[in-house]
Amino acid sequence: MDGLLALYIFMLAAFTGYEIIAKVPVILHTPLMSGSNFIHGVVVVGAMLMLGTADTPVQQAIGFFAVALGAANAAGGYVVTERMLAMFKKKEG
Amino acid sequence: MTLPVYVQGAWFLGAALFIFGLKGMSSPASARKGIVVAGYGMLVAIAATFLIPGLQNLALMALALALGGSAAWISGKKVKMTDMPQMVAIYNGMGGGAAAAIAAIEFAKGDAHSLATTVLAVIGALIGAVSFTGSCVAWAKLQGVLKKAHRLPAQNAVNVVLALIAIGLGGAMVLMAPAQPELIFGFFAVALVLGLIVTLPIGGADMPVVISLFNAFTGLAVGFEGYVLGNPALIIAGIVVGAAGTLLTQLMAKAMNRPISNILFTPMVASGPGEAISGSMKELSALDAAAMMRYASKVIIVPGYGMAVAHAQHKVWEMTSILEEAGVEVKFAIHPVAGRMPGHMNVLLAEAGVPYDKIFDLDEVNGEFGQADVALIIGANDVVNPSARTDKASPIYGMPILNADQAQNVIVIKRGKGTGYSGVENALFYTDNCRMLYGDAQPMAGEIIQHLKAMG
Repeated sequence: MDGLLALYIFMLAAFTGYEIIAKVPVILHTPLMSGSNFIHGVVVVGAMLMLGTADTPVQQAIGFFAVALGAANAAGGYVVTERMLAMFKKKEG
Repeated sequence: MTLPVYVQGAWFLGAALFIFGLKGMSSPASARKGIVVAGYGMLVAIAATFLIPGLQNLALMALALALGGSAAWISGKKVKMTDMPQMVAIYNGMGGGAAAAIAAIEFAKGDAHSLATTVLAVIGALIGAVSFTGSCVAWAKLQGVLKKAHRLPAQNAVNVVLALIAIGLGGAMVLMAPAQPELIFGFFAVALVLGLIVTLPIGGADMPVVISLFNAFTGLAVGFEGYVLGNPALIIAGIVVGAAGTLLTQLMAKAMNRPISNILFTPMVASGPGEAISGSMKELSALDAAAMMRYASKVIIVPGYGMAVAHAQHKVWEMTSILEEAGVEVKFAIHPVAGRMPGHMNVLLAEAGVPYDKIFDLDEVNGEFGQADVALIIGANDVVNPSARTDKASPIYGMPILNADQAQNVIVIKRGKGTGYSGVENALFYTDNCRMLYGDAQPMAGEIIQHLKAMG
């Protein structure tokens, strides 16, 4: 990718992340940490790309490992975040 | 590889949904919707990747997705709310491991890359690997597998030397690209050991900050590997999380009044003998505690890790409801680092059904302790220790605390006479208006409930 273009993406993404979190109430810190944990689970897409282009058995093995780890990051992160957030409610009911 | 437009479009959509989702998660009312939106983003991104023409090993890919995904899905469904921090740590470590593995394959392929690409691949691999083993240690500590903080002699020197070796090997990989397999192997070995060694000496009380830091690390690693792969969705998701995680880490460290460097490199020890604590700990019965709260007009409850370990949150909420029916005003006061993760107590109370408008932050509630008849402290210790305000020699000096000592009466439910996670004596327990209720928080709350019911 064009190096300078990537630099712009880096800058804007960093700013976005900072702004979104800056005004978050403390009660959401745990689910938010867990939620952002889920989002970087998108690494599984990168892992799939690597496994999909792996040439040697060693690369395949590492790629398999990477996809499994990435999938666990995404699935686990989603489940625990969803469970925590499902509990937040204003009044009993 | 030029990608079909529908794949690129799907990734774009995924990245957009991640940001919308994260934005939603930043407010309690829309938080649930936020994670679901982000979840759709993930599904779209993964599904589109399968459609890329010319990818090999599709069966292996599906198998790995199914294995990793289902194992984590099931463990995530089963884990108790109390054990949530270590689950977040381990899932995060896996993401870091995946990022490092991506870099490893990239190096193994030995394709020619620009200098910037190789440098970012190496940096991403290094922090991903550190996050992987470091998070595993954090998990082991919180899970109770690793009981003690292990400190090497000259720990900081070892950290620095290892870090320098890792950076040196990384530098060699950039200069000698494509690198020899031995060099690649050595680099990853050192990086993985570095994560272990750095995390081992860190105490459990500091783990929330460490987990958050590793979360930010993994985010950055994913972002950098995204650059290497030329995948903007990975860059955006990774860097957004990296920045958000860094800020979150800073907020937590600030709440503990310990700079991050301090948490990573300095053991928590007293800088002097400390002020002598006079007085004695005075016991109280569950009946007296019940009466005290029943006839109070305002009670503030301060929950801590002890409530989490005892799974007492449901009993505590039941007790609260009885008190409220009797006309007592009850509030929950949460210290930012109570428990083992920021907001850990909020999650537990929410699980028990406590509405979040009864739960207050340190800044919101600290002025109210003076008007409270009873401050009920359930398994919290360091976060209410007045030494943090007065005793300069105390290792927790300067940490903002909940001013529970200003309440008319303080009742402390505590398992034994020991010190808190920081190992510091708590001056509060020795003050004249403080009474101790020794026992596990759950049966103790149960007893109080019995007495409250008997009083009608």
